[in-house]
Amino acid sequence: MANITNQSLNEIIDNVKTKKVSSTELTKAYIKNIESAKKLNAFVTTTFDQALDKAKQFDIKPNFDQLLPGIPLAVKDLFCTKNTKTTAGSNILNNFIPSYESTVTKNLWDNGSFLLGKLNCDEFAMGSSNETSHYGNVINPVGDQLVPGGSSGGSSSALAADLTPATIGTDTGGSIRQPASFTGTVGLKPTYGLCSRWGIVAFASSLDQAGPMTKTIKDCAIMLESMSGFDEKDSTSINKKKEQYSKNLKDNIKGLKIGIPKEYRVDNMPKEVDELWGKGKKILKDLGAQLIDISLPHTKYALPTYYIVAPAEASSNLARYDGVRYGYRSKQGKDLIEMYEKTRSEGFGDEVKRRILIGTYVLSSGYYDAFYLKAQKVRQLIKKDFDDSFKKIDAILTPSTPSSAFKIGEKTNDPVSMYLNDIFTVPVNLAGLPALSMPAGVDKQGHPLGLQLIGKALDEQKILNIGYAFEKNCGFKNEIKKWWS
Amino acid sequence: MSKEKFDYFIKGEKGKYEVVIGLEVHAQVLSKSKLFSGSSTKFGADPNNQVSLIDSAFPGMLPVINEECIKQAVRTGHGLNAKINNYSVFDRKNYFYADLPQGYQISQYKNPIVGEGKVLLDMPYGSKEIGIERLHLEQDAGKSIHDMDPSNTYVDLNRSGIALMEIVSKPDLRSPDEVNAYIKKLRSIMRYLGTCDGNMQEGSLRADVNVSVRKEGDTNFGTRCEIKNVNSIKFMQMAIEYEAARQVELIENGKKIDQETRLFDTKKNETRSMRSKEDAHDYRYFPDPDLLPLKLEQKLIDDLKKSLPELPDKKKERFVKEYGLNAYEANVLVSEKEISDYYEEVAKLSDKKLAATWMMGDLFAMLNDRGLDISKSPISAKHFAELVQAIKSGEISGRIAKEVFEIMVESGDNPKKIIESKGMKQQSDPKELEKMINEILSKNKDKVDQYKAGKEKLFGFFVGQVMKLSGGKANPQLTNEILKKLLKG
Repeated sequence: MANITNQSLNEIIDNVKTKKVSSTELTKAYIKNIESAKKLNAFVTTTFDQALDKAKQFDIKPNFDQLLPGIPLAVKDLFCTKNTKTTAGSNILNNFIPSYESTVTKNLWDNGSFLLGKLNCDEFAMGSSNETSHYGNVINPVGDQLVPGGSSGGSSSALAADLTPATIGTDTGGSIRQPASFTGTVGLKPTYGLCSRWGIVAFASSLDQAGPMTKTIKDCAIMLESMSGFDEKDSTSINKKKEQYSKNLKDNIKGLKIGIPKEYRVDNMPKEVDELWGKGKKILKDLGAQLIDISLPHTKYALPTYYIVAPAEASSNLARYDGVRYGYRSKQGKDLIEMYEKTRSEGFGDEVKRRILIGTYVLSSGYYDAFYLKAQKVRQLIKKDFDDSFKKIDAILTPSTPSSAFKIGEKTNDPVSMYLNDIFTVPVNLAGLPALSMPAGVDKQGHPLGLQLIGKALDEQKILNIGYAFEKNCGFKNEIKKWWS
Repeated sequence: MSKEKFDYFIKGEKGKYEVVIGLEVHAQVLSKSKLFSGSSTKFGADPNNQVSLIDSAFPGMLPVINEECIKQAVRTGHGLNAKINNYSVFDRKNYFYADLPQGYQISQYKNPIVGEGKVLLDMPYGSKEIGIERLHLEQDAGKSIHDMDPSNTYVDLNRSGIALMEIVSKPDLRSPDEVNAYIKKLRSIMRYLGTCDGNMQEGSLRADVNVSVRKEGDTNFGTRCEIKNVNSIKFMQMAIEYEAARQVELIENGKKIDQETRLFDTKKNETRSMRSKEDAHDYRYFPDPDLLPLKLEQKLIDDLKKSLPELPDKKKERFVKEYGLNAYEANVLVSEKEISDYYEEVAKLSDKKLAATWMMGDLFAMLNDRGLDISKSPISAKHFAELVQAIKSGEISGRIAKEVFEIMVESGDNPKKIIESKGMKQQSDPKELEKMINEILSKNKDKVDQYKAGKEKLFGFFVGQVMKLSGGKANPQLTNEILKKLLKG
């Protein structure tokens, strides 16, 4: 076998099961890839010794009935991993080693996989380019000047560069789907409550949701099945029977009704994005789906709503990083207040500070009604738009992002233009719905572009099926030259 | 009970002022584990030994509501005759402090679990109803320890996350005495319900006291000051007296009262400004996104109501009716569940009225002297009932009974045994007594003559002699009768 890592997770699992490759061989191959890809800066921490140990244990006593038998996986550094440093991309957690394992990663390990390392991300998942990480930019394997998207930028980069066979990210306003779109990979944000939030460093609790990032739709189904499930430790977790997404994957979408929202055609959107959307519609139509024009009238309010709700929750969620019990504490400061001020000034980066300030402002007395309360009301209207539409359709097709990957540094001085990158992804988080970004083509420069499928709550199987059918018929192949090694 | 008139006013030079008081009582919920975590709530553990990852707010930790705490709040709501809300919301109250690990306290702001209710107070001037505004659940903070080290502060998080009920009264209280009665009544209700142990020394019950004053007859409220975190009834009363006088003085001098938060200095017996309204924290309340709104089914609320024990007001009514006690006696005997249980056990086995008198007299005095709760009484209810019966049947006199009581306290023996072994039985045989009295009269002929000549005061002397001769055991009533008869003859 020439290259055992240049394959889908599903193929790799088959290779392990049929003993074409051992877990140890697989792990060593990924370690080699990771060591020669330092330029990408996708990893904050590697756990090679521990991974090789686990691989060896698996090879001695393999269990091939598991969903992820002997599979090494790197995960976003927002998931708390027991005895392995977890930074959330922030200086304030530069020395934080959890004594506990997040529910989602525990689920992955319980299904036979083990940790390969922790992936870089925007600080506290606040960013769309991975440029806010305290641990440096991540480079998109698509091109050495390009951002990998964010906040799960280390995840998308590592996946596209074959540094992990699949991975997981978190998506608060597009942090899985946008980087997936920028790297030509698949990313799914599940229904809010499908994956437990327990043990994931919180950004905005009512929006945060963990999800898979993979090379193929089938891989996505396998990963979703492995990581999801009810958790009594998360009060917002949905108590329902576990589904077998990969087993139930079907590529027949005949008769399904696909909604095309007119509000997703925005000003200044590159022609290629529009054309790609058209291509997507045609493929689904040719497969027997019915296209239906719909309207989601409150879409234009989604971005401002999101940038009130998310910072508000973040300003409160990040109050615990005060230097008192764990994490970074400034050596200076004469009293408690000064210690707080110095610790948080030195511990947080600019984007995090910006959002804490915005969040604190919109919750302040005298502003609460005008901002936070109003945003919550608008959020209900956005949700209602979707609910109304889903009475007559099965799924919605939109572009994932208004552009392909941009250059490093291009938007760092203009936060608003950076925020605009989330325009197609945030409404889904506000409504708590599942959405999939799937690679669909490239723009003029050859940079990947993705399309987004939005489903009804808990309709993951259906959007995976549509994505599966689409994938087989779209003819896209993510060709990435290994320029970095 | 004689009806007095309410008379608590602050007298200034320009008139009488009425004091208006509202309380925010923080009562620690009796539960094995904390409001949102599985950590133990037991008092007195070594610092930071009852702290979970949730209580110390580690990254990614999430609160999960403790069902028992919810039930306790509902029970308490029923005990306060209050409306239980089917829908309530947990909010975050944001502020920074070293002993507040999350950087916010989870509390209930706009939608509390319990709405309006009322509490009845028995005051010397009649019964008075105090309105309850609301009851909500919230997390307690940890404890900052400033005196362990000259330059560092230490933090103990054992208390962090323990469930508190904040019970907010309407501004219906008018005097330190009413505050005393109100706190005692709340405490009694919660102890009956088993929802709070009411232990003020351990901090299970503390209060923020809102005080304002107004000229007698005014209908508008004055500007109020809030005195934070007072942990004994005595201190509450002292703080109110000081604060009311301070406010009256300001008004009389034509000065304005600032709405502010004050602290009560127990050493100097004064309140001091902590922060003004302008410096007040902006807590930035918002619904906690980690917790769904709390929806209670009506059936649960109703079932909890049905399973409530008999509460002090009801029990008091029953004691009056069933045991023939007066309102005052009934009130005292129902104030603590343990006292009422003790009384009922005694009353089952002895004279109900006499039992009440003796309990409220000698038994309470003894317990008070020794600083004991009735649950730790050296005399069991059964023995106490035997003593009451011995008095009632005339077996021993009241005076002897006191002696027997003392011996019971020391020895723990039952009264029968004591009376028999010490020969303390009352002499109630008329023939024996007559014999004894005749003996005394014949020895004191001069005094008998004086008595008969009109010096009736000497009657007491003869009684004394009888008691002396009988070793105090002569039945006093019989002694009186026989003496009278013989002295006439």
